Amino acid sequence: MHELGIAASILDCVDQEAERHPGQHISKVGVKIGELAGVDGDALQFGFEVLVKDTDREPLTLELEFVPRIQRCGKCEREFRMTEFDPRCPLCGDFGTTCVSGEELDISYMEVDE
Amino acid sequence: MNRIAVEKKVLSENQILAEQLRDRYREHRVLCVNLISSPGSGKTALLERTLERMDKSERVAVLTGDLQTENDARRLAKFGFPVKQITTGGTCHLDAKMIERHLEGWKLEDLDLLIVENVGNLVCPSSYDLGEDAKIVLLSTTEGEDKPLKYPSIFFKSELMLLTKIDLLPYVPFKADLARENARRVHPGMEIIDVSSTTGEGLDRWMEWLQARRGAKAK
Repeated sequence: MHELGIAASILDCVDQEAERHPGQHISKVGVKIGELAGVDGDALQFGFEVLVKDTDREPLTLELEFVPRIQRCGKCEREFRMTEFDPRCPLCGDFGTTCVSGEELDISYMEVDE
Repeated sequence: MNRIAVEKKVLSENQILAEQLRDRYREHRVLCVNLISSPGSGKTALLERTLERMDKSERVAVLTGDLQTENDARRLAKFGFPVKQITTGGTCHLDAKMIERHLEGWKLEDLDLLIVENVGNLVCPSSYDLGEDAKIVLLSTTEGEDKPLKYPSIFFKSELMLLTKIDLLPYVPFKADLARENARRVHPGMEIIDVSSTTGEGLDRWMEWLQARRGAKAK
């Protein structure tokens, strides 16, 4: 339910980047969403489309990349994909693992038409 | 077509403001905690009991967020500490700008604890940094034990979980052990304190936690 505000923040970043490329058009923006970011991809895509429609920003698409939650084991130092909220290291069985990725809500790239 | 790498946080504007707030809190050595839960988990009741136990000389202030009404600020103002209501007018979370705006008129040098009561919502507040030292999530015994699994983000980001309405355990099917286990599956090692704002159970431990954190940041 806060995805519309997040879509607006993405568009603020697009507008800032557009100022740096006068005479060109930004046609795509790539955003990474971590599993723990608490952001719904469909709602974000919908809000983004609503805010872009019938504005000078068209054509502009949003490409989402979902980032899985990765844990690192403090004991054997291996990294693993955490599923079903089981933090235990699948290799050595230790519970002392910490999250290394999955919290992202980042703009990764934009595509500019010459 | 030309692809340019950007590598920027989507909520960078909020993040910049939150870092400014964090710097101000550090400068004036104010501990800021951000209370988050579903509507009706007992955030305001817990704050009433918390403020009630504090000496009138303590340097505490509260910002309380809701979509509408000044009701919570009225409930909390009775205890004599500075309280301001933030009415978001429909927005489902507090952001750093709202905090900054509502701190106007208060001198941070006169405070050492700022308690922010977020809008009742387990989803959106987890995305917005308010410059706080710690997020605290409340889960009540009238909710489902699987809430931490359904809304993992906020349980992962919170330093402490308060299991509230613990006095109702004999009357509800809630399995406290399962709830704690679920919370720690999402956030291994998370600290959990059981409390009841009605009977007062666990409130000493909660006050000790708060005092210890205040002490660590004290002037």
